[in-house]
Amino acid sequence: MKCTFGTSFPAPENLPAGAAGGIQQSSTGGSFAGLAAAVYAKRDDLKVSIENVSVDRRGFLGTAFAAGAWVLGANILSGNADAAASWQPSVYLGFEPNGTVVITAHRSEMGTGSRTSLPLVVAEELDVDWTKVRVEQAIGDKRYGSQNTDGSCSVRDFVDAMHQAGATARFMLERAAAQKWNVPAGEVTLTNGVVLHAASKRRATLGELVSVAATLPVPKREELRFKPPSEYRYIGKQVAIVDQHKIVTGAAIFGQDMRRPGMLYASIERPPVYDSRLRSSDDSETLKVKGVRQTVQIPGFKQPHMFQQTGGVAVLADSTWAAMQGRKKLKLDWELNPEHVSYSSPAYKQEIFGSVHKPGKVVRNRGNFDGAFAGVSRKLEADYYAPMLAHAPMEPPAAVAEYKDGKVEVWAPVQDPQSVQQTVGAALGVKPEDVTCNVTLLGGGFGRKSKPDFVAEAALLSKATGKPVKVVFSREDDIRNDFYHAVAAMHMKGGIDAAGKLDSLLFRSAFPPIASTFQAGAEYGLDLETGMGLNEVLFDVPHMRSENGPAKNHVRIGWLRAVCHNFHAFALHSFMDELAQLNGTNYVDFFLKSLGPDRHVDLTKDGTKAWNNDKSVDEFPLDTGRLRHVLEECAARSGYAKYTNGKGRGIGIAAHRSFLSYIATAVEVHVDAKGGVTIPNVWTVADIGKVVMPDRVRAQFEGAAVFGTSLAMMGEITAEAGRIVQSNFHNYPVARMKESPRKIDVKIVDSKERHAGAGEPGVPVMAPAIAAAIFAATGKRVRELPIKRTKLV
Amino acid sequence: MIEISVNGKGRKFEGDGDVPLLWYLRDELELTGTKFGCGMGLCGACTVHLNGEAVRSCVTTLSSAAGKKITTIEGLSPTGTHPCQVAWEKLNVAQCGYCQCGQIMQAAALLAKTPRPTAAQIDEAMDGNLCRCGTYTRIHAAILEASKAAGGVK
Repeated sequence: MKCTFGTSFPAPENLPAGAAGGIQQSSTGGSFAGLAAAVYAKRDDLKVSIENVSVDRRGFLGTAFAAGAWVLGANILSGNADAAASWQPSVYLGFEPNGTVVITAHRSEMGTGSRTSLPLVVAEELDVDWTKVRVEQAIGDKRYGSQNTDGSCSVRDFVDAMHQAGATARFMLERAAAQKWNVPAGEVTLTNGVVLHAASKRRATLGELVSVAATLPVPKREELRFKPPSEYRYIGKQVAIVDQHKIVTGAAIFGQDMRRPGMLYASIERPPVYDSRLRSSDDSETLKVKGVRQTVQIPGFKQPHMFQQTGGVAVLADSTWAAMQGRKKLKLDWELNPEHVSYSSPAYKQEIFGSVHKPGKVVRNRGNFDGAFAGVSRKLEADYYAPMLAHAPMEPPAAVAEYKDGKVEVWAPVQDPQSVQQTVGAALGVKPEDVTCNVTLLGGGFGRKSKPDFVAEAALLSKATGKPVKVVFSREDDIRNDFYHAVAAMHMKGGIDAAGKLDSLLFRSAFPPIASTFQAGAEYGLDLETGMGLNEVLFDVPHMRSENGPAKNHVRIGWLRAVCHNFHAFALHSFMDELAQLNGTNYVDFFLKSLGPDRHVDLTKDGTKAWNNDKSVDEFPLDTGRLRHVLEECAARSGYAKYTNGKGRGIGIAAHRSFLSYIATAVEVHVDAKGGVTIPNVWTVADIGKVVMPDRVRAQFEGAAVFGTSLAMMGEITAEAGRIVQSNFHNYPVARMKESPRKIDVKIVDSKERHAGAGEPGVPVMAPAIAAAIFAATGKRVRELPIKRTKLV
Repeated sequence: MIEISVNGKGRKFEGDGDVPLLWYLRDELELTGTKFGCGMGLCGACTVHLNGEAVRSCVTTLSSAAGKKITTIEGLSPTGTHPCQVAWEKLNVAQCGYCQCGQIMQAAALLAKTPRPTAAQIDEAMDGNLCRCGTYTRIHAAILEASKAAGGVK
């Protein structure tokens, strides 16, 4: 199935008729059920199949390969028979006539390294010199399979296809040489880019064999020979990302850096309040600004807003600066949405706490929580709060579009080029196939660049002006026109039995859901939202209930790195730390005791199922043994149990499963006499299954520690009178070097389990570990994020 | 008319002197290694050298740059062999890479004046450069590495 987050959110083509692009009014609850069914549909086990593919010089693949190239498509075939007719290639490996190996990176590069790691697997299995491989970025095309770079799933979902693509090509090249030399196929080997027949000492380069190999039948998977891991030269080894040299010399091209001949620069004034409309505009002063060419009114979205443009007035000019200056002179009169203009964060906070102080929708139920909680003597209740957040990637969104004769080509830093095709297609009234989406490097994404509203704007403006147009978001545009990480309220109750183990747990949360982006007015989380940390609690607790309370959205809600795990993990693990204190033990002892014996947790016994990033629990079980292991190892590496807490120094720890990975992180904090917090040390132990590029995995966990520090210590977006208060890094700070962890020790568990996820799971553990460390250092419990709002001394 | 030198080449600018250097470099000279991040001098992505000093080009007007020498990342080393660039590659600092040109320009200016910086001096010098991917520990290590590799050469 298609998705816009990992394998989770519905892509426009899976939505009820008319919903795509918001061209018609949203459908009713009945078809939302259909949408939800599509969201939750279990994916069949994927099988990989490979076939020869022709290169159309003018279209698909034509930009990546020279004429005469031999291209193998590694296809992902759903186990579902109906889908067999529409096999979707997921990756392409090609050989140019001169033997140059070209590997197409079909996922977006936003810093995780997937543009390197996936092609690297192909090169490994093919057995060629990686330094001579050319990596080409794919355009958006559904024939690649999902290109949606989200949900920490690039390696997880595509590593098998990459192995198979490489092994298939190697097989065919070896066969081609055997045929040419008239020797048994089994005697020919391809090693490090050269094909050899040892007995006769004959050798051939790949270029000499390509024309023959392309005529051979594609082997079945059973015929393939895969390299044993002991022979790997690249996988598991130190390899630099392909763009590294370009990055340090300023030659790497991001979306903000794109240009086309004759291009106009656009700066757009958008509605200050969600879902509002322009009443009137006066651009007379704007047009007097030197360099300004014209203004264009952009229509607003229709609900559900999905990834549509918000509407507004664009100022088009000869330079970015002129467009920004002209925009300041616009006089706009908005008809503000009466339902949203009253949105204010302090009042809303009361509202969502009101929601979690009442019974909500039960998303998991085991035993009898109410009875058990009434019966225990040692118990605790606590409320936790986490504010709205903006993604604030270092590169603000930007897009270049060129519309001509009913077709449009775009260049943009986007996480999902196929979603661009859908969104831009709907905005312009053209078919998705008539939208060519080139993916630049992304200057950070974190989920923001999954939502291509900014590309739709550029496309609409190019159509309106007849010229190539570049839309440049300023930082203010970025902070005030985000798809925000939801504000959340959590209400917890917990009881401890006589043996010092968690006996009863109530876990209730309310947050404006991502569901509202796809269904106007939706107030409850999708299964994937409640599945991120609310119902997936792995403790061996006999009585527990998870509930989701309703919450209305007044801004666009999106997904930000680690999504609902962030607030759910903050509440759950902070609460466990508090319960441990009540129990007279520490988090690690109480956690391990409450976790119970090593086992695979089955949520179906509790009337729910694991969302599990849309993966089956057979493939990716909820394994408490792996969670126990990372916590024990992290406690040992950090010296958690022996640390002398107090007098402004403390250590905190948290262990959490997310994105199918098992992570434990310990944080040491120092709190000075003025309440200033520094973080000298972070220790992370990560069991993410098998690993392709250990250095990039370490980098993801180092980065997650910093991202998690921003989120825990200082990140907060608020609204007043429907408007976002913050605008730039002075009032929406993110962690600077001094505020970030000084040392980050990352241990990757040596695992033979399936590749899980690396990009996100390092984030959720940070806030509870920092909060616990601050308690250990100061005796102050922080139940509300960001921590900077709490006076620590 | 404003005359400036960019990466050793003389340039003449006829327009409004209030235009920030950033947009002149990016939109007119197509030197896009200097990045736009905030427009308020808060993130350091646009850092260039103005007569050898690290400045934020987004809040440096062309009139204030008149008669001065500007070096951008493209001019730091034509082949990417500045000790900072080498160290950045050696330690695989970059994740998305967007902020790294500004980080490198800031670090290069620090090392030019302080060839053997202390950890505290590095923290201080790099305080204005944000990295949302969170590569700070490697940036810090790369500056020490570059300092070592340069062997105190001023």
